[in-house]
Amino acid sequence: MSVIGDTTLTFSEEQGMLLDVAREFCRTRSPVDAVRRQLETPGGFDPALWDEMVALGWAGISLPESVGGSGLGAAALVPVVECMGRALLTTPLMSSALAGQLLLRAGSESQTGQWLADIASGAAATVAWLENGDWGDSGLQAQLDDQYVLRARKLFVPDAQAARYLVVPAMHRGEVALAVVAAGQLEAQAFTANTLVDLTKRAANVEFSEIQLTAQSVVTGPAVAAALHDVRLLGALLVAAEAAGSAAACLDTVVGYLNTRKQFGRLIGSYQALKHPCVDILTGIDSARSFIYHASSLVAGEGFDRNVEIACRMAKAQACETLLYAGDRAVQFHGGMGFSWECDAQLYLRRAQWSQQQFGDSQHHRKRLAALLLDT
Amino acid sequence: MSVTDQELSEFRAEVSAWMRDNNPPDPGFLLPQTFMEVGDERQLEFLREWQHKVWTAGYLGMAWPKQYGGGGVDAAFQRVADQEMRRHRVPICFNVIGLGWAGPLINDIGTEDEKARYLKGILSAEDVWCQGFSEPEHGSDLGNAQTRAVRDGDEYVLNGQKIWTTMGNFARYMILLARTNPAAERKYDGLSFFLAPMQVEGIETRPIRKLTGEFGFTETFFTDARIPADCLMGEEGQGWRIAMQTLQYERGAEAGAAGGLAMVRVTVDDMIDDLAGARRDGEPLLQDPVIRDEVVRAIMDEKALILGDRRARIGALTTDYPGSLPLSQKLRASEGARQLRKLAITLQGAEGGLYVGDADARQGGFWQRAYFNSFSATIGGGTSQVQANIIAEHVLGLPK
Repeated sequence: MSVIGDTTLTFSEEQGMLLDVAREFCRTRSPVDAVRRQLETPGGFDPALWDEMVALGWAGISLPESVGGSGLGAAALVPVVECMGRALLTTPLMSSALAGQLLLRAGSESQTGQWLADIASGAAATVAWLENGDWGDSGLQAQLDDQYVLRARKLFVPDAQAARYLVVPAMHRGEVALAVVAAGQLEAQAFTANTLVDLTKRAANVEFSEIQLTAQSVVTGPAVAAALHDVRLLGALLVAAEAAGSAAACLDTVVGYLNTRKQFGRLIGSYQALKHPCVDILTGIDSARSFIYHASSLVAGEGFDRNVEIACRMAKAQACETLLYAGDRAVQFHGGMGFSWECDAQLYLRRAQWSQQQFGDSQHHRKRLAALLLDT
Repeated sequence: MSVTDQELSEFRAEVSAWMRDNNPPDPGFLLPQTFMEVGDERQLEFLREWQHKVWTAGYLGMAWPKQYGGGGVDAAFQRVADQEMRRHRVPICFNVIGLGWAGPLINDIGTEDEKARYLKGILSAEDVWCQGFSEPEHGSDLGNAQTRAVRDGDEYVLNGQKIWTTMGNFARYMILLARTNPAAERKYDGLSFFLAPMQVEGIETRPIRKLTGEFGFTETFFTDARIPADCLMGEEGQGWRIAMQTLQYERGAEAGAAGGLAMVRVTVDDMIDDLAGARRDGEPLLQDPVIRDEVVRAIMDEKALILGDRRARIGALTTDYPGSLPLSQKLRASEGARQLRKLAITLQGAEGGLYVGDADARQGGFWQRAYFNSFSATIGGGTSQVQANIIAEHVLGLPK
């Protein structure tokens, strides 16, 4: 069997239209000065803009129509998130979509329907994934006892303080379960906001000290572990799509500067020392987008098979490495300007460092890929 | 002409059986992986015989007109035949400049006389063709070619020098780019295109010894060489446009090429197979975490190219820089091929230090020789560095 494996790549007209709409929306609603206005606000995003996105149906785009979603499936998130990345537009969309996908896959609609309906209508939600800095750690310390009392300390929870629901994986009767905590159950001091490298993003450490839940607010059963596995891969794919969008915008920024800045009597874009790395960025983005849309062609199914896992991991490994290279070169190629706060290159470099650390960095995914590809 | 799936699948079974039954046994010497590696008469005669056999069986030039030696059927059949040749790992059809460049060009824009004179010999391998584009001072800058062609009555008189002429010493004909008008305002407008005979007085070839120690290319010298005036293709001044037209046939039989396996494609799978049994630190090679990371990168590079071909056909996913995927294909494929061969040698351990001729060399030194030869693709046809300039300027819009 070939190590190359599945090479499906399809993109429907419907997805193409979504890509066009999302791209135009993000371009016009999120110019870079709007992005900069949010850098030092506590919330980090413009609620009015988020409302517009909800009105476009994006909060529920991947959720079934029975809960008020668009029924387009997880693949529909990819073009939207890529366009958001291109405009550095941050909202709770990605966190909410992943929380929604997790609940959808792990529980029955009779139990999760109301949460999903709230998410589809714009209530933010998030998944509290981490208990330490290691995405490869399969251990789980969080405990939900027999009386449904949750004791957990979760780190770097994305959009934690914007979320109405926090979905917390925890051990319950020897199995992994999902505790759905309403924001109202947490005191303000349960949150310690993180200071992030990417100022467009928000996250917090969250202390769940003896939160009393009910059987109704806990999703249990054999589907939970599989759903966690799949949605982690989906998270990697969405971060990859966002990163690929950011890398494309970063490249545009660099090319724009290289086409205007003169030194030694010539446009600096004429120097091959600057030209050729731009081509490396371009081909890196090309590879990333090919992996990303290959992966998005495969995620329609209910459970993710080996091919989906390979595709998502390749997408993440490639996109984040490319964005890191693009951001790094963007600062360097802007010269003294690039060292300043005013220069947008720093925004991409910060995004790059943040993206690399979500859902596992490139090395993490290549290590998993090695096992998938070389040990069969 | 429409072809049914059933016709194609029946044909596939037929050609597959033929390739299986006729794939020649190991001749006892390393066969060329590309047409740029035909170094001696022994290899030449072996490949000539093979191509002739494939053509006689009806699996080459299938879409070319029947009266000129072709099969006169839909190009879809040739594509199937090519796929089966690749799958059965048969030898290459080596007359590539004829099959993939000169032939389709003659088919498209040649006169009846040219078609009758040249096409059959290209397919049968009787007439080897070579290409005279590059010059010593103008490797990647073809538009600047300086070899002169001066009209004198019924003849053109050639003076100058070409280099990197593939199989120049074996070739009967050359597609030649020469300058007929040095005074043309644009350098491109001074160029003309010729179907030139090689066996005339004043044309001399000198084999170039490659870094592998083998041969495959020549320098070609023109000293007052006289060729008939009707060797001119099209009109004077159209040389650049015609030369550029030959490049489009690289897309295969559908674009007009005769088909046949032009090169042995080497993949990560081949590398992994060929490294069977290799060890590092006393453990199987592919259990080493550093090696695993390198091999995964190589797999990703190869897969990204395949997926890129698919994505290039989806307009909605290529809006940013529409030329990016097609224009970077040569750069990426040739660089990827070079990197893979280099990696394969590194992973052999001490055996990686052996070369063709050593009894202990893995696969007879295949990877070592393939690595050295892979530079022909990263240098020929515009070096990778020139390719990067082209992409930067034409795709990204950076200044010259």
